[in-house]
Parts: sequence; structure tokens; C-alpha cells
Amino acid sequence: MSHAMTAQISRRTLLAASSVLAMPAIVRAQDSTIKIGFPVPLTGPYGTEAKDQVACAQIAIAEFNEAGGLGGRKAELLVRDDKLDPGEAATRTLELIENDRVSFIAGSLSASVQLAINNVAKQRGILFNSISQSDQIVALPDWSKTTFHEAMTPYLTAGAVGRYAFKNFGKKVVFLRADYAYGNEMIDGFKAAGAPMGIEVLADLRHPLGTTDYSTLLPRIQSLKPDILVLANFGRDQQISIKQATDFGLKKTTKIVAPILLYTSRLAAGAQAFEGVIGGTSYYWGIEANTPSAKAFNDKYRKANENRVPSDYGALGYAGVRSILAGVTRAGSTDTAKVVAAMEGLKYDSYKGAQEIRSCDHQSVQSVFIIESKSKDMANQYDVFNVLATDAANAENLRSCKDEGHA
Amino acid sequence: MEGLSLDLVVLQLFTGLALGAIYVLLALGMSLLFGMLTVVNFAHGAFYMLGAYVGIMLLGVGFNFWLCLLFVPLVVGSVGLLCERFLIRRLYGRGIDYPLLLTFGLSYIMVECVRIVFGTTGLQFDTPDALVGATDIGIGYFPTYRLFVIAVTFVVLGLLWLFLERTPYGLIIRAGARDPQIVRILGIDVARVWLVVFGIGTGLAALAGLLAAPLQGASPEMGNSILAEAFVVTVVGGMGSLVGAVIAGLLVGVVVAMTSLLAPEMAQVSIFALMAVVLLIRPQGFFGRAGLMS
Repeated sequence: MSHAMTAQISRRTLLAASSVLAMPAIVRAQDSTIKIGFPVPLTGPYGTEAKDQVACAQIAIAEFNEAGGLGGRKAELLVRDDKLDPGEAATRTLELIENDRVSFIAGSLSASVQLAINNVAKQRGILFNSISQSDQIVALPDWSKTTFHEAMTPYLTAGAVGRYAFKNFGKKVVFLRADYAYGNEMIDGFKAAGAPMGIEVLADLRHPLGTTDYSTLLPRIQSLKPDILVLANFGRDQQISIKQATDFGLKKTTKIVAPILLYTSRLAAGAQAFEGVIGGTSYYWGIEANTPSAKAFNDKYRKANENRVPSDYGALGYAGVRSILAGVTRAGSTDTAKVVAAMEGLKYDSYKGAQEIRSCDHQSVQSVFIIESKSKDMANQYDVFNVLATDAANAENLRSCKDEGHA
Repeated sequence: MEGLSLDLVVLQLFTGLALGAIYVLLALGMSLLFGMLTVVNFAHGAFYMLGAYVGIMLLGVGFNFWLCLLFVPLVVGSVGLLCERFLIRRLYGRGIDYPLLLTFGLSYIMVECVRIVFGTTGLQFDTPDALVGATDIGIGYFPTYRLFVIAVTFVVLGLLWLFLERTPYGLIIRAGARDPQIVRILGIDVARVWLVVFGIGTGLAALAGLLAAPLQGASPEMGNSILAEAFVVTVVGGMGSLVGAVIAGLLVGVVVAMTSLLAPEMAQVSIFALMAVVLLIRPQGFFGRAGLMS
């Protein structure tokens, strides 16, 4: 190869390179907004929850912008429909990063979908704050330095609910789980909490996701006479299994416990079926009576949403985006490494009392509320739960970073 | 297995019968349509779903559950009549796959329409007050509503039998199924017979959907999974055989119930295992006529 040729190529390369170098500067100049990608399952069985997540996330964006943004730079939410499908979520996430040039990603409402989003985000070095439950995401090998987890972990949730239930209702337990990540991680959490308390597992049953009839399992469960029936399923599965267990008269002898009692499920299924069922939640609007940050958040939501109140998973949309923006403010920058550093160890009270992002695995240390569905003395249509107990934020209740595989 | 008492087994048998009752109503309609019109109705699950939603609609405008039991099959049956008159009728005599594809598409349209009107989330359907709770049937408590479902199914079976075997209309329908040509020569409008049969078949599906709604609520997709199970029942009983649909429906219910008592993980598979065994021994099903599909 001749010298002339090399010179020619390098000249051309230089030209190309300089134009490429100039481009980000132009883009940045026009595009001074801080873009946050928000993939959630707007269509599909969790559509109601996902829409509420968007409504709540917009409040966090508005708050940030009203406070002046980052030295005048405003934040913007880019909502995408992940259709509750890991493949779809990965594609949308890639587009958000490559085409829309988002600085951060928050969102997801499924254990497997959040892992798919995380996988894409971590390869591209983009910060992702997940707002749905998973143990796996804060553990190696899925976790990375840019992975944050705003939601509770199944280990934390099931632990809090289990400790309360086994203490108050008895030690003879039947587990019925939806046979996938959510159900399995939850039951592991219950067993871990129950082992030191000496619980006796009478049966550990599984059902496929999307089961519509539980009647064939119920007579057997009834004959075992457990103190507690733990239903580790979600959404419609939860509604239907609780309803059918009620029909079989199981509540006469047994306390029905769910790791998570969904506000939206309870509204959809009605008081009759959920009567007396207890479970955990990351948030219930009713805590506003003694939590100022909850009151402030609920009021903002009411103002923007015809006086309705935010749901549990919806509120996580607010918290997820707010934590990122708090990191941006603290770092004074949108640079990923700086924001990561600013979020590590961040102490905040967004909407449910004191929280802290644990540095070693980026899990938000937070309180768990033990709630009971009520069917009478309801002040209004949104007044559906009693808060029985609050498991205060405590890193001791999480899986240790060592167990999660962190050095 | 410890704690497997006779009471529990009998209780489980009842559970199976209640489960089977819904299958029977669905499979009965499917068998009717196949036996008489040679239509494999892939929209049967959608009509089942429509039954639940029309029930919710009627409850919303002030009907009570008992009136719904009467009007839901009538309303959805009328929708079925319209589908037969304007869509399916054009495909008679064109081979079995034409109406199959049509009804397959129809089911998608119906599910999507319900999603647009009622939302994707699914709706609650409270058990009627009189049937809430459990009844002591001597060996243990059993949900009152499920006993009611078994009872309704047997009443419907009785009425259908009377209609087909003891009325002149029934005679025409049976004759039309055996030999439409001769019936036509005798001066009977076979098209009208088929129209009525389609209405009855879809009305039965709607009744099944309405009965299932208090057990599991209503959702646009509720017909999808049960359609597969109803097909199994129809095939096991013998395509086109009403007696077969009844016996196979109850049998499938009981087999699922008993399997989940002994090995809960196998319950889902047991339906298909049963079908495989039956088809190996009797390819035409219990009461099917050999060669009907060819």
C-alpha cells in the first residue's frame, strides 16, 4: 500500500470523523432536554397499572421542571409500550437508546421484562431504574453498576408478610404458587422468613400462569386444615383464586395471605371476594394520614387525575423517575457515572417515608405495609384497605449483598 | 398419599362434575353445530365470552341474575343467528375448512370488539346473593353456586332432549342432520332449520359463559383456553354426538379433578392424555360416526 493512498484515506477519514464529532454537539445544542425512556406494558393484562405508572411518572417530571430543572434543562418522559413481552421490551429499549438518545431508563412491570430491559441498558451503559419486583435483578449476574431497583424485592415483601402472618395466624401453612419467577421467588421469601419461626409446610402446590379454575385443588387444601393459605399469584390469577377459595368456605378455618395485594385488583374484584385477605404492598394512599410525603404526592396526583388516588405500582412510576432526577440534581450532571455515584447511598423520602439506595446492589431499602382488605366502614370508594402494620425500612430484611453475589 | 379419605374423594368427584358441567354446555353446542351443519365453530369460545359480557350488560341495566339466565342465551343466540344468516350460510357445501377459517376470524373480531367496549382488564361478576357461600352436602362443604351450575346443566340437558326427541321441530332438525336432501324434497326449508340450530348452539355457549362468570369473572380472553378444552371434550365424545358430549364433558371434569388430587402438576396434561388414549382406542371418539370428518 502506497503512502499516497494512506494519506488519502486518512484525509477522508479525518473529514468523516470531524463531521461525526461535530454532530453530537449539534444534537446536544438542540436537544438540551433530559430524556427518560419509560417502557411499560400499556396493552395487556397489566394495562391499568401501567397507565397509572405513566400518570405518576409525569408528576415526577413536572415537579423537576417546575423546580427549574437542571440549570434550566427540562426533563421529558418518553413512554413506550413493551406489551409485557421481553422481546418487545428489548427492542423498544434499544430504540429509546439508539434513536431517541435517552439518558436514562425507568419502568417495566414484570420480572422477566425488567431483566430484558436491564440487559440492553447495561450493554449500552445506560442507567436503568426498575419499578417492578425481582430478586434476580439486584443479584449477579444480572446486576450491573448501572442497574437500580426502586421496587421491593420478593424476598423483602414475602419476608415482611410472612413474619406478620406466621406470628399472628399460625404456623401450619399451605403454599399455592403461580409457577413462574414471581411465584417462585415469593415462596422462597416466605420459606426463608418462616424457617426460623418453625412453620410447618403442609403442601406446596403449583398452578400454571393464567389458571381460571382452582376448584380441583381446594377440597384437598381444605382437608389439610391449614392456619394459613399463601396465594403467590398475581392479577387475574389472584382475583380468581381468592374468589374461589372464598366460595369453598376456606375462610372459615384458614387465613388467606397474598404476598402483594394489588390496589387495582381489589378495585376490580370487589369487596366480597377479598374480604379479610391480608397481604403486603409497597404503597397504599391511606398512609397519608401520618406520612407527609404521601399526602403531598397524593394531592398532586388528585389534582392531575380528577381526584382519584394513585395505585401501588403506579406510585412506583413516580418514585422510579424521581430517584433518577434526584440523582441528576445531586450530581449536577446527566453523565451516567456521576449520576450513579450520586444515587448510591441516596437518602430520600419521595412518597412513603424514609428510603435509601443501598450502595452495594442499588436496591432501595424501604418499608413494607401489611394491609387487610376491608368490606365495611369504607369512607369512600378508594378506601379499600386497612394498614395493619408497617415493616420499617431496614437493610437487615433484604438478602445480603454477599448472598446476591456482590463482592 | 396421607389424608386421602373417602369423603375427600367424593367431594373431589363433585368438583369434577361442576367443572364438567361447563364443558358439557360448551361441547353440546359445538357438537350440535358440527353434527348438523358440519361447521367446526372456532368462534364458540368467543360466544362463551360474549355470554358473560352480555350478562354484565344486562345486570347493569337492572336485570337480575335469574332473568339473565333466560335473556343472555336469547341475546347471544340472536347474534349467532345473524352470523349464520349473513356469513356462514354462504359457505355451506364448500368443505369443512371454509366455515372453520371464517369462525376463527370471527372470534378475533368479537374478542377485539369486547376489548374496545369493556376494556382489556376484565370485570368482576359477583355470585348472586342467594347462591353465595358453601352448602353442607353431608361429606363436607361445597360451594352452593357450583351445585347450582350442575343443576342448571341437567335442566338444560332435559329441555334439549325433550325439544329434539319429543317435538316436531326436533324431528325436523334430526332429519335434517341425517339427510338434508330428502328433508328439502319433503318441502321443508332446511336453511331455516340450520339457522335455528346455530342460534341454539351459540345460545348454549353463552349460557356456559354466563354460568362461568361468577366463578372466574369475565375477561375478553376467557373463551380462548376453554375452547381448546371444549374441543377435546367434543373429540373424545365423538364429533357430532350429543350423548358423547355429555358423557365426555363430565368425564373430562372428573379426570381433571382426580388427577389434581393425586398429582396436581399433571392436571392440565391429563385432559390431553385422556384424549390421546381415547383416540388410540377409538379414533371416532365414544359415540362418533367413523368417517364423518372425511
